[in-house]
Amino acid sequence: MQMPTPDTAILSRRAAVLRRLAAALPEPALISDPAALRTYECDALTAYRCPPMAVVLPGSTQEVSACLRICHEEGVPVVPRGSGTSLAGGALPTADSIILGVSRMTEVLETSLADRIIRVQTGITNLSVSGAVEDDGFFYAPDPSSQLACAIAGNIAMNSGGAHCLKYGVTTNNLLGVTLVLMDGTVVEIGGGHMDAPGLDLLSVICGSEGQLGVVTEAMLRILPRPEGARPVLIGYDSSETAGQCVSDIIKAGILPVAIEFMDRPCIRATDEFSGAGYPDCEAMLIVEVEGSDPEIDEQLGIISQIARRLDPVELRVSGSAEESARIWLGRKSAFGAMGQINDYICLDGTIPVSELPAMLRGIADLSGRYGLEVANVFHAGDGNMHPLILFDANADGELEKAEELGAEILTLCVKVGGCLTGEHGVGVEKRDLMETQFDPADLEAQMRVKDVFDPGWLLNPAKVFPLSVSAGRRGIAAE
Amino acid sequence: MLEPVSESALAQAVRGADGPLAIRGGGTRGGAPPRDGTVLSVAGLTGITLYEPGALTLVARAGTPMAEIDAALEAEGQRLAFEPWDARAVLGRDGVPTLGGCVATNASGPRRMVAGAARDSVIGMRFVDGTGTAVKSGGRVMKNVTGLDLAKLLCGSRGALGVITEVSLKLLPGIAATATLAADGLSPDAAVAAMSAALCTPYEVTGAVHDPAGPRTLLRLEGTEASVSYRADALARALSRHGDWRAEHGPGPWADLRDARDFAGGAGDLWRISLRPSDAPATVAALPGRWRMDWGGGLIWAEAPEGTDLRAALAGAGHATLVRAGADTHRALGTLHPEPAPVARLTDGLRARFDPRGLFSAHPGVPA
Ligand SMILES: Cc1cc2nc3c(=O)[nH]c(=O)nc-3n(C[C@H](O)[C@H](O)[C@H](O)COP(=O)(O)OP(=O)(O)OC[C@H]3O[C@@H](n4cnc5c(N)ncnc54)[C@H](O)[C@@H]3O)c2cc1C
Repeated sequence: MQMPTPDTAILSRRAAVLRRLAAALPEPALISDPAALRTYECDALTAYRCPPMAVVLPGSTQEVSACLRICHEEGVPVVPRGSGTSLAGGALPTADSIILGVSRMTEVLETSLADRIIRVQTGITNLSVSGAVEDDGFFYAPDPSSQLACAIAGNIAMNSGGAHCLKYGVTTNNLLGVTLVLMDGTVVEIGGGHMDAPGLDLLSVICGSEGQLGVVTEAMLRILPRPEGARPVLIGYDSSETAGQCVSDIIKAGILPVAIEFMDRPCIRATDEFSGAGYPDCEAMLIVEVEGSDPEIDEQLGIISQIARRLDPVELRVSGSAEESARIWLGRKSAFGAMGQINDYICLDGTIPVSELPAMLRGIADLSGRYGLEVANVFHAGDGNMHPLILFDANADGELEKAEELGAEILTLCVKVGGCLTGEHGVGVEKRDLMETQFDPADLEAQMRVKDVFDPGWLLNPAKVFPLSVSAGRRGIAAE
Repeated sequence: MLEPVSESALAQAVRGADGPLAIRGGGTRGGAPPRDGTVLSVAGLTGITLYEPGALTLVARAGTPMAEIDAALEAEGQRLAFEPWDARAVLGRDGVPTLGGCVATNASGPRRMVAGAARDSVIGMRFVDGTGTAVKSGGRVMKNVTGLDLAKLLCGSRGALGVITEVSLKLLPGIAATATLAADGLSPDAAVAAMSAALCTPYEVTGAVHDPAGPRTLLRLEGTEASVSYRADALARALSRHGDWRAEHGPGPWADLRDARDFAGGAGDLWRISLRPSDAPATVAALPGRWRMDWGGGLIWAEAPEGTDLRAALAGAGHATLVRAGADTHRALGTLHPEPAPVARLTDGLRARFDPRGLFSAHPGVPA
């Protein structure tokens, strides 16, 4: 993976830039000590690292604006950062950049149950948002598995999803407004407590823009009343095709579960050994969860079980209690931890049309055999968002590169069958160079025009999302 | 009038245009002043190109009549989540509403407060920008964060950024049963409090309307027979403090409410005010004419004497769109709510980039 050469002119002005930033910020908000900078040299895509020139951790929208204005005047690139859990290298610094983190901005600014909204500073973690309204019987719906750590800032930037978005949608469907600071320091209020945009729906491009358009400092989020209850059913099959068929049959029958999770044999085995969940020994396993009152849950699980039985499952376990539910989810929830125990892995995030599931799984198995690297599959089957985990040994020479190559082939296959490169993790640097497999030059040009408007100097989060060759002209202009 | 039958012919028509274009689908939503310029009809681009019930996705060309899409979905027991409203009754138009017009105006109905607007169901799009270039964004899968989401940006853009040629939609399973809970005599304050209380329960209320004529307050529940019965009882109990609720099973008045048929043929201008539900009681108190709340108070339909600037009555709460008015009023007051300067700069910047020749410049052009 290639990054642009750091701008020596900027590096030579480091001391002067830092002096200006220090003057604009309270004492602990500027980090420039090389040892302390190491914390910020990467996000959760740890294969790529590069310490930034400095880190600023402003405490308010005004301070964010002051920092950006200075960097804008100095021509210094800025990489916005939330909690640094991006799996796509979205928060990876360049050597000539300043990391602007919102981790000190964690306040809840307003809660209105009457309007079912909460306004927060974006450094707050995803789980803390739900936590803030839990006692009132509410929750914030998008639930990435990283929710204990990841910040709303990163969720908005990546348009993050989670296991329950089949019913509740992803971040963009639960975001009503933002305070956005542009690269030149301008503070823009977009959206608010109302539902529809008055003019162009700017929120829709800001959400998912991966720090390319501005720094989001505050957000108005939709909160929902917690359902009366939820219970899953576990269904095991002796082939992935049959499991895929079952998913499609459930959806066609008019049921919309909150979650349909799929695991294949390597993943079932690893998570079962790790967690002792007691999973069946089979090729493919589904966890289907529905919500409502007890009788409503029974009705839906009854229909789902009927559908599942027609396809001759090797196991069908309907949860009847909170303990049984927890046991069914136990392995799935520890999937990433379990895989991490036995191997290094790369987690892919392509999405495919649900109907392509069996063909896709066969394709992955073929590729896995060809590369000699095992691939375990765990994913959100209801919406076709796959998470193939490529297992490799980081200490073995050349294995990372081989795993990355395999990953690129799998993602290309996702695009070929009608899907996309990334369903919820974002492009970052990881999938940047694959963008041309999904988009024509005209498509990318249209996207870059949006960035031209918000960040004319192309200083925000440089070298991400758009292939370097495609953005070269614009970044060249920026350097002048 | 230009009426291309393919996207490439449409792109060519845009490239060849030597003056402003008025984009039109079925001509059923055009509230803004008739514009100078050549009509560019999208009605020739029709047809459902992909429908996968098992994946809850449908792709269709922009000129496809909504009725054709509804019929295809109904045959499979599925539906659009956002319940698009039909503007014909209110605007006194005939014509055939199309998918493109529906998406370009981000049309949605009572279910919008829980299921989102058109933009929340749009998962992909093809459009032709003002340079005559065909662009795609998103695709046909439900979860997709690959690149900037231009498809959603084009939703509700009213033809300002480009001509929508094809749309991919995410669908929902159909509904077996509907029930409506009704209470009489509530004041606007009490009604908003009751609707809010209902929306704070876990019973998944998918419609919350208050009409001061009566006055009556209506709540909708949808789902399976058994589930709707259960929730109707539970909700009536939970709301007993807020009035006497009677349940009626069956489709109820929701299609008429969605299309604002109660304002059809009315006198004066018609506005849609989008605001925080808790601001609704104070807002309706300041309105000069007939009104009705939807979205639990988050949407107000309001009539006003011709040429009255209703925005002055909002006192900063939310924004107002002019739906039905004479051309002079549309011009004088603006169809869309004015934006604060920093937002307007971004909006203008986008329009200049996507439509450098100003072909779609009669914004807000409201295609159907
Ligand atoms: C174990 C694990 C499990 C995960 N599970 C899921 C999952 O289930 N679903 C899912 O969607 N993701 C998942 N992720 C990915 C990741 O957690 C999400 O992408 C998350 O939203 C990132 O949030 P963050 O605060 O850590 O952002 P960061 O990693 O700090 O940044 C992410 C991106 O956001 C930009 N950004 C950060 N703050 C701002 C701001 N204030 N303004 C503008 N741009 C900003 C950054 O520049 C970067 O491009 C997982 C990650 C891990 C490590």
